[in-house]
Amino acid sequence: MRTAFIQELIRQARIHPRIFLVVGDLGYSVVEPFAKEFPERFLNAGVAEQNMTSLAAGLASEGWHVFTYSIANFPTLRCLEQIRNDVCYHRLPVTVVAVGAGLAYGNLGFSHHGIHDIAALRPLPHLALFSPADPGETFEAVRWLAENPGPSYLRLGKAGEKTLHTIPGSVLGPIQVLNPGAPSTVAFASTGSMLSVAMEAAERLSSQGQPVTVFSCSRLKPADRETYAALWKYRKIVTFEEHVLAGGFGSLLRELAPDGTLIRSLTVPEALTSVVGSQEYLRTQAGLTIEQALQAVESFPS
Amino acid sequence: MPEALSSVDLAAAIRAHALRMVTRAKASHVGGALSMADLLAVLYSGILRHRPELPDWPERDRFLLSKGHSCTGVYATLALRGFFPEAELETYGRDGSRLMAHISHKVPGVEFSTGSLGHGLPFGLGKALAAQRDRQSWRVFTLLSDGELDEGSNWEAILLAPQHRLDNLVALIDYNKIQSLGSVAEVAELHPLADKFRAFRWAVREVDGHDHAAIRSALETVPWEPGRPSCLIAHTTKGRGVDFMQDQLAWHYKSPDATQLTEALRQLGCPG
Repeated sequence: MRTAFIQELIRQARIHPRIFLVVGDLGYSVVEPFAKEFPERFLNAGVAEQNMTSLAAGLASEGWHVFTYSIANFPTLRCLEQIRNDVCYHRLPVTVVAVGAGLAYGNLGFSHHGIHDIAALRPLPHLALFSPADPGETFEAVRWLAENPGPSYLRLGKAGEKTLHTIPGSVLGPIQVLNPGAPSTVAFASTGSMLSVAMEAAERLSSQGQPVTVFSCSRLKPADRETYAALWKYRKIVTFEEHVLAGGFGSLLRELAPDGTLIRSLTVPEALTSVVGSQEYLRTQAGLTIEQALQAVESFPS
Repeated sequence: MPEALSSVDLAAAIRAHALRMVTRAKASHVGGALSMADLLAVLYSGILRHRPELPDWPERDRFLLSKGHSCTGVYATLALRGFFPEAELETYGRDGSRLMAHISHKVPGVEFSTGSLGHGLPFGLGKALAAQRDRQSWRVFTLLSDGELDEGSNWEAILLAPQHRLDNLVALIDYNKIQSLGSVAEVAELHPLADKFRAFRWAVREVDGHDHAAIRSALETVPWEPGRPSCLIAHTTKGRGVDFMQDQLAWHYKSPDATQLTEALRQLGCPG
């Protein structure tokens, strides 16, 4: 996803002359092509995320659309107040980009688990929040952000993710990526790269005669009940995310769902914090698995 | 006419307004407004390029108050220089007023809202970088308190600004030596402050922060060294101008009663 991000950012920077990229001394072998093509629109702010975010707001206050780029929690939690006060309150065009969302950098330890960022950023005023599932959704999100400069957050995986779907659709609302071909009462709603688990689980259920529709939800804010209207046709929804329950995607859908909607959520338990391992291993440890998805469906009252 | 005020008269009027505002609103932080009044008076008397009738004039110098709790001083300055009517100062702190008790960018002439410390200089760095990359000649002046230099974010900006030769960036330190719970020396000593900035590759000057000629002489000639940001360390007195407030930590918090206000205004030569 980070490759898709930088490719699309370069494309957009050719179109939009006020795009500026500020990195927090991270992005080796990713950001160099941007820096080479636009040296006057690039800055390495050093290992200093508070300053990076405030200076991005300062640049933005003078007409630049600034993308800040770093890993996991560094461009978000480390400088949360700078995002809140300097960017969001002043409604400035700064797009915070974090790579390694969720458990993507699982083996790097707790410091690098981006599992609290949605909860931290979702309440902030004026902020748009995108959590794409694959390179294609990343392209779409970057394009939308470039065309709609404002306070925003782009939550990305790392590198090498597979393309999960090629369904053309707006990343502003849920994209139906899997249609079981038969009427279903259960929907899987996923944000970020957990879409792969949701799709595999749905395929297994559908092959067993239990049709499930799968939606990828890239934009988490702004979002109201209408944004997710496509989901409310289903009375039973299972949510998928690499994030804790509190304040995350499953929590968001609970806030928006019509009365009577039953929601089960696959989320990262808070107690996972001391475990280290690959993304796959940590997903298993966290219960972010096909088996757990099947159990969630079974747990719905008939 | 507001423009007719000399910087000395302007400083007295800023202090008088700040005192009236905190008294009416029963607000805090008057000590720090009084300590920086002379810096503001000189800045807005021929140093900062500005047009009160056109607050967003693109070629203006950008002034940022990082010590946002001292906003009464800036609101008073802007009103006295004609950015908005002086009468509006009476609404300070009232329900529904745009004159918030920490500086607000909704007020004409205010670039940036602060209140949490350690934001003004990093934000100013971004503006200075914008001017540099856009080849604009306007400058950025950021006024900080001494206590807020405890914030690590300031030192991130102090480290980075010389790296990019931002000599269009000026940091003014209102060095009144008193912070929120004690003297700077007791809490987290900054001395030798000038040496610290010099070690971070800034051009540094120290002045008596109440000596208008000295402040003017220093600010008229920025940048003092090509390629280096400038730091003016202004040695000031908290509560300056009112003898019972001077150097008193309590006036970081207290608001004057009617008798104290009358006496304070008398001492400033601004009765009524």
